[in-house]
Amino acid sequence: MKLEKYLEILPKSLWVTTCNSGSCNGCDIEIVATISPRYDIERLGMKLVGTPRHADVLVVTGPVTKYMTERLRRIYEQVPDPKVVIAVGNCGASGDVFYKSYNLDGPIDRIIPVDVYVHGCPPRPEAIIEGVAKAVLKLERLRKDLVKASVEGA
Amino acid sequence: MEKKYKIPIGPVHVGLKEPITAWLDLEGEKIVGATVRPGAIHRGIEYMARDRNPIQVIYLSERICGICSFSHIMAFVRAVEDAATIPVPPRAQYIRTLVLELERLHSHMLWAGVACYTIGFDSAFHLGMVLREKVMDVLEALSGNRVNYGVGTVGGVRWDITPAVAKSVKDMLRYYRREFSPFYDVVTGDPIALARMRNVGVLTYEEAVRHTAVGPTARASGVRCDLRKTSPYEAYGDFSVEAIVPQDFYGKAYGDVFDRFLVRVHEVYQSLEIIDHVMEGLPEGEILWEKNLNKVLAYTKKAEGTGIASIEAPRGDDTHVVHLAAGDENVTWWKVRAPTYANAVSWPLMFRNNELADAPLIINSIDPCISCMERMLITDASGEKSVVTRTELLDKCREKTRRLMGK
Ligand code: SF4
Repeated sequence: MKLEKYLEILPKSLWVTTCNSGSCNGCDIEIVATISPRYDIERLGMKLVGTPRHADVLVVTGPVTKYMTERLRRIYEQVPDPKVVIAVGNCGASGDVFYKSYNLDGPIDRIIPVDVYVHGCPPRPEAIIEGVAKAVLKLERLRKDLVKASVEGA
Repeated sequence: MEKKYKIPIGPVHVGLKEPITAWLDLEGEKIVGATVRPGAIHRGIEYMARDRNPIQVIYLSERICGICSFSHIMAFVRAVEDAATIPVPPRAQYIRTLVLELERLHSHMLWAGVACYTIGFDSAFHLGMVLREKVMDVLEALSGNRVNYGVGTVGGVRWDITPAVAKSVKDMLRYYRREFSPFYDVVTGDPIALARMRNVGVLTYEEAVRHTAVGPTARASGVRCDLRKTSPYEAYGDFSVEAIVPQDFYGKAYGDVFDRFLVRVHEVYQSLEIIDHVMEGLPEGEILWEKNLNKVLAYTKKAEGTGIASIEAPRGDDTHVVHLAAGDENVTWWKVRAPTYANAVSWPLMFRNNELADAPLIINSIDPCISCMERMLITDASGEKSVVTRTELLDKCREKTRRLMGK
């Protein structure tokens, strides 16, 4: 089967996987809150999956400690293309309160490319959902580009 | 003899809680040994604090852990107050007690929900998360934030209980008295939940004492320890708080995951009681020792001494030690001992003779969580390690199918 055929049958619903790269857990529990009934991202077709190999979106929290750098890179590589990375929380975007630490390689965009930043320490669940919605747009665009590239290449 | 396998778990997992790595030695499905490697998210927080003054460190200590953030603030602030001898107004002490208990409520409910999720009881997980949103509303009403509320400060608290907040607390108490017991009944009355949690991850009384387990983990093994009773702080001295141990309710402490569930659920009821008392006994008056932060900082700059504070966080004793030197604006040194350090020591004991499928639940039962992912590592009986590649795995699968088909 040709590449564009694969892309056509890619489901539109986003599957999300998360990686905690040294966060304080604050962002992680807010991510868990987004799948709870009050915020319920599953009604938008999104769901948390257990492995990066099934995911379209990688959500990363935390300022990336030295130990996690290699692991984060590996997880990023395991997510199939087209993929989008969301950095949730201030400490993933800039280091935040953890600036001047001796054990950080972060922020996240020094390790892997980040597409959407969600700010807040921690951001509210609504903000996280908005971030994922922005990721949908980006993913659509990436997918179109990929289809175009494969058609031109063929 | 059965072949021994070594399975790495972690450091990254589905989406709940911190990364940590564990290696499990398996004989068939049975776990015979475990090694735990913490430190994946070491950020050097105590080191960073040496460049910051006590007020700045409050917000750093809040971010040690986002779930028991207020417990860390409290322990740090109390240590500073101890070092610099700063008095706290009674109303502030009551508000601190209130927030500590609210935090215990949301932490225990989160845990109970996540425990259900780990055993595949998803409907109960969602039920637990619905319940938890109510206490998050109260925290939001009080402080404006859901997590990391920034309520505590040196010499008092930053937010007062207004009539609107008092009303939301009352609403919450009424809501939980009505809605919490169905959740409890659904889980404890479920034979599958019982089968998954009873006699899994057992830690006996002696082992809990010998391996310095703390908090609900120790209490589930029958150890009567609760700092709120044994060394009351803030307003806890005004009410009677009893350590919750399973033998008081069911005659016997098994020390298994189910008991840890029971202890946490009963602590939820206990917290509701305490919050009731706090709201009744709330004294009038100031909520801060000194409003002007510059004056507070000037005072702590002059102070000389070491302060220590231990409080009962949702997961156990949280101890902070702070040293302030006269003439130094910053914290000279600071040591944190979080409850999970103490509890993680018991993991290898809890794993013994359990099945691999129970590993995530056991790890979760002391209240952090991780699980299995990606690559696989095989250890021969000789101890030589080798990584199994995908093709080898495929060959092994084919080999097995052939064997099964008798060819
Ligand atoms: S952004 Fe804030 S709340 Fe989120 S993980 Fe970082 S420190 Fe914690």
